[in-house]
Amino acid sequence: MAERMREPLVNAVLVLALLIAPLTAVALDEPFYVGLASRVAILALAGVGLNLALGSGGMVSFGHAAFFGLGGYVAGIAALHAFEGSAFLAWPLEIGGSESMIVVWVVTLAVSAVVALAIGAVSLRTAGVYFIMITLAFAQMIYYFAISLPTYGGEDGLSIYLRSSLPFVDTGDPLSFFLVCYALLLSALFLTHRLVNSRFGAALQCARMNPERLATLGIAPFPVKLTAFTLSAMITGLAGALFAELNGFVSPAMLSWQRSGEIIVFVILGGVGRLFGPVAGAALFILLESFIGGWTDRWQLVLGLVLLSVVLFARGGVIGLLAGRARHD
Amino acid sequence: MSLAFLIEQLLNGVQLGVMLFLMAAGLTLVFGVMGLINLAHGSLYMVGAFFCAWIAGQTGSFWLGLGGGFLAAAATGALVEIVVIRRLYDRDHLDQVLATFALILIFSELARWVFGDRPLYLDVPAVLSGAVPLPGGGGYPAYRLAIIAVGLTTAVGLYLLIAKTRLGMQIRAGESDREMIGALGVDIRRLYTAVFALGAALAGLAGGMVGALQSVQVGMGEPVLILAFVVIIIGGIGSVKGALVGAVLVGVTDTLGRVFLPQLFGLLLPPSEATSVGSSLAAMAIYLLMAAVLTWRPKGLFPVDG
Repeated sequence: MAERMREPLVNAVLVLALLIAPLTAVALDEPFYVGLASRVAILALAGVGLNLALGSGGMVSFGHAAFFGLGGYVAGIAALHAFEGSAFLAWPLEIGGSESMIVVWVVTLAVSAVVALAIGAVSLRTAGVYFIMITLAFAQMIYYFAISLPTYGGEDGLSIYLRSSLPFVDTGDPLSFFLVCYALLLSALFLTHRLVNSRFGAALQCARMNPERLATLGIAPFPVKLTAFTLSAMITGLAGALFAELNGFVSPAMLSWQRSGEIIVFVILGGVGRLFGPVAGAALFILLESFIGGWTDRWQLVLGLVLLSVVLFARGGVIGLLAGRARHD
Repeated sequence: MSLAFLIEQLLNGVQLGVMLFLMAAGLTLVFGVMGLINLAHGSLYMVGAFFCAWIAGQTGSFWLGLGGGFLAAAATGALVEIVVIRRLYDRDHLDQVLATFALILIFSELARWVFGDRPLYLDVPAVLSGAVPLPGGGGYPAYRLAIIAVGLTTAVGLYLLIAKTRLGMQIRAGESDREMIGALGVDIRRLYTAVFALGAALAGLAGGMVGALQSVQVGMGEPVLILAFVVIIIGGIGSVKGALVGAVLVGVTDTLGRVFLPQLFGLLLPPSEATSVGSSLAAMAIYLLMAAVLTWRPKGLFPVDG
């Protein structure tokens, strides 16, 4: 009983702490920590996206930075054209930039979905180690594509001079922007929770554990996996759009393979297949990064050692350590 | 466009392919024998390059540097295998990816610590600094031809090692049934360490040779690693023959794409757009090649297990 109650308790504490931290920071007039909390919320959102594919679907995508970066570029390109008053596309339809965050989100979701369908359709023909390498290769392809786009900054990236706006919310205010990110994170958590516990979620988990059995039940595993992969990419893409708006900047670095690795790290540090794992993972990652990074230049070395020890010795991740052993393995 | 130019670009492509083969051979052997996906293979390449450049800088001899880089990479590989990699063979690929990702971070930071932030440079040895005349006029750097020769010799050597020697027999046996060869009295742990060190040494050799063509710096291994992944996906994971064919295919496609695609689009589009469209397509060419191969053969050109 006590064992079973611990994970929800840990989750609740986590979510509340993430909300209270920036509120306290505002009260103490420490705006830096509000930005930090926004980073945690956004990167956790990216992790929640990946966790749907990786944790529930068993699809180890090493290319989720592709979607993260695409989201970032949608935000950047929309802002650029809105700022210049120029057109993204002049023919056959005139499409300009946009200053509306809702438009940015919708376009991000659509672009991520289309690209994920294409990448997934090729990659999901394979499995295991091939899948890992192919998703990595496709992300790399988009990375090089972004570098060779001089119109949108090429290697140097794009600055976003004006954060896009929402009705009734002042997105320029750090705390309001955090609350927007936080609300999206909670919605994504709720959505994946509902999804994983639905008929679709059951089919997805079965596709991970025993695709043959799923097929004999009359459900083809491929469309189930492709749908989950696409949804996962859409969530991560949305996180990318928020990340670019938070930093006021998007560059090919958002698409790089290190970024893909980091998103996996959030999921693993927190605990694979646990709903709130990415939140714990992203929070721990950002905290370690900002505190150890302030103390030594060798932060990457510390991160490497921590990560290596987690993989070798603490397989349930942070939530596993706090809440007992994994529910499934 | 002259014939000499075409031959030169083809040779550039083959040279890139041969380098990729040295990387891919180690990756594919380690995956084939131990079932391990090793992201830190690029770090071993970097270790080879750094030691080669550093030793050559200290002693003034490129050849000592190259030998040193080869041995340093082999030793680093053996050490890493014993300390970390060995614990990962029974884990799933996700754990392997993460642990070796962590190794990249550790290696990059250590290299920065030991060798400093500034890139090292390595000179082409005097013997190979000239050019070899090409049919149709012009010349081709002897050093690049030497790289091609070393790569092809290694390919033959690797074939002989795997097909004709006792170690090769054990490697092949290890690929098909690891419990059985353990039961037959082969020390499987030492075999694994040897295979890993062999792969590391090949990566180190590649790194050392490339050091004379580009600057030696932290992070140089990962772009090559990702290309090597594309190579072994195309060739079929676990197949050394596939790695060779895939490497040359990728090397030539990439090089020719970068040279000819912008020119090709120049026939259709205004020059500025042609360069931009052509170069972005060229950057994507090998990935499109990979997608095409996979649609046709999901397990690569030379699949190992049927």
